[in-house]
Amino acid sequence: MLLPRGLRIALRVATGLTLAFIYLPIALIVLYSFNSARVASWPIAGLTLDWYGKAFANAGVRNALLNSVEAAIGATVVSLILGSLVALAVQRHSFFGRQTLSFVVVLPLALPGIITGIALNTALRTIGVDFGLLTIIVGHATFCVVVVFNNVVARLRRVSRTAEEASMDLGADTFQTFRRVTFPAIRSALLAGGLLAFALSFDEIIVTNFTAGVSTQTLPLWIFTNYQRPNNLPLVNVAAVVVLLLSIVPVYIASRLTDDPAAVAGARG
Amino acid sequence: MTALAQSPGPGPSADLPPPVGRLRGLAIALYRRPRAQLGLLLAAPLGWLVIAYLGSLALFLITSFWSVDSFTGNLVTTPTVENYVAIFTTDVYRTIAIRTLVMAALVTVTCVVVAFPIAFYIARVASARRRGILIVSILLPLWSGYLVKVYAWRLILAQNGVLNSALGPVGLHGPGYSDAAVWLVESYLWLPYMIIPIVAGLERIPSSLLEASSDLGGRAGMTFRRVVLPLAFPAVVAGSIFTFSLTLGDYITPTLVSNTRFIGNVVYDFVGVAGNQPLAAAFAMVPVTIMLVYLVVARRLGAFEAL
Repeated sequence: MLLPRGLRIALRVATGLTLAFIYLPIALIVLYSFNSARVASWPIAGLTLDWYGKAFANAGVRNALLNSVEAAIGATVVSLILGSLVALAVQRHSFFGRQTLSFVVVLPLALPGIITGIALNTALRTIGVDFGLLTIIVGHATFCVVVVFNNVVARLRRVSRTAEEASMDLGADTFQTFRRVTFPAIRSALLAGGLLAFALSFDEIIVTNFTAGVSTQTLPLWIFTNYQRPNNLPLVNVAAVVVLLLSIVPVYIASRLTDDPAAVAGARG
Repeated sequence: MTALAQSPGPGPSADLPPPVGRLRGLAIALYRRPRAQLGLLLAAPLGWLVIAYLGSLALFLITSFWSVDSFTGNLVTTPTVENYVAIFTTDVYRTIAIRTLVMAALVTVTCVVVAFPIAFYIARVASARRRGILIVSILLPLWSGYLVKVYAWRLILAQNGVLNSALGPVGLHGPGYSDAAVWLVESYLWLPYMIIPIVAGLERIPSSLLEASSDLGGRAGMTFRRVVLPLAFPAVVAGSIFTFSLTLGDYITPTLVSNTRFIGNVVYDFVGVAGNQPLAAAFAMVPVTIMLVYLVVARRLGAFEAL
């Protein structure tokens, strides 16, 4: 598109400034995690790796990290299974309520997280389930299903059915066709969806706050309960960087795996 | 799965090759019954999402009509509208609801204004290669580090933090922990949710329309107002669904960067501190109702096609 030169430059500057606005706070938290002073004043006093050592030696942080990893793996596995099942059903069959089902899958991510959180909290309390890692996984998986679903549906839409039909015509049964034709076609979409699910789960706090109970802490929950304790501030910075890394790296890999990253953006929150 | 494998079903018929394994038998049975295949695909997801999740939401709606016994603290399941009456007649709750709504609107407008230039650059100016890189760099913060970003802003806005030490020499002062801080941080958090739909919306505008406009003498400003803006409007509405909804429900940001309470904070305290689930549910219906109305209006404006 032909734009006046001045406007073109202005747009480029605006883009640069917006990117700086988005990334500076993120860069700052990484810098603060290496701050040698205990307080978060600016400019930072000096650089040190000490807090990383202290954070990983801290039982609370280690425990929370372990819980977060377990919760994220659990949520990823559940959402991979459920998400791809729904995607196959919606994309390969027509049935009453198909549109509604696609909507229900998106709902946990479209509704404000606090609603999902309280609803699950109320239900779990009513049934009498003990809060803990399992209930965290239940909460996370509920809103992670949609990212797997989105990725797999987008891929299935692009993969022609003729390959599956040819496979069936050549004598392969439903399972063989899935294993040899459908699965290889959706494999990278599953991987991308799984990575996004892991990332979503790993840094989640809004729903987790309602489904974790008092005795189980994920890393974000540990940050949330410690950010006001001046003594723990340097450790909170380190924990924040760990959460950031373990959510941003999977998202980056996932974005490289999908053909059109914007198409799988969907909703969250 | 096992239950079905054990159930007899129709055996392999005569025109098929005789040695049929159990799995193959099941496959044939399923092939003949697409409904059963569909049932197997949907059983687990339906159980989880429809029964567990929608069930929870339904229960949550129902509990908003329950109450808590003030002596024992137990739930009383006799239906009552007293929670709703309390919310609509108590000044504090009304103030908080209006404050939250105004904040969501402000954040949404801010996101539109900030998102448009970068979205326009990505969609219509940048080369294909740069476009890909830019989209990924918008998506990374969209998907990750929500709490970390709020916490980073808490450090930036602190009394002796980055912002104040940067503004100090000019004689200015940052917003500190305040309503303005909430506005700033919420706008920061949800900005990518506005950029992505607008990029998609702008990409869909045919170049021929823009050329036609300039052929007919429309300068850049005129083309923008009369062609680009109307065509991108559904995408803006689509983005606003996220910025609006996410701000309405957020309770972490106000907790970390202000002392002000928004709907989310009150609801969170009702569940945790006060242990009054019914009142929490009733108050949480406020953002839910607002979002349902918002979604209906957004649909009318064509936002769903722009998603």
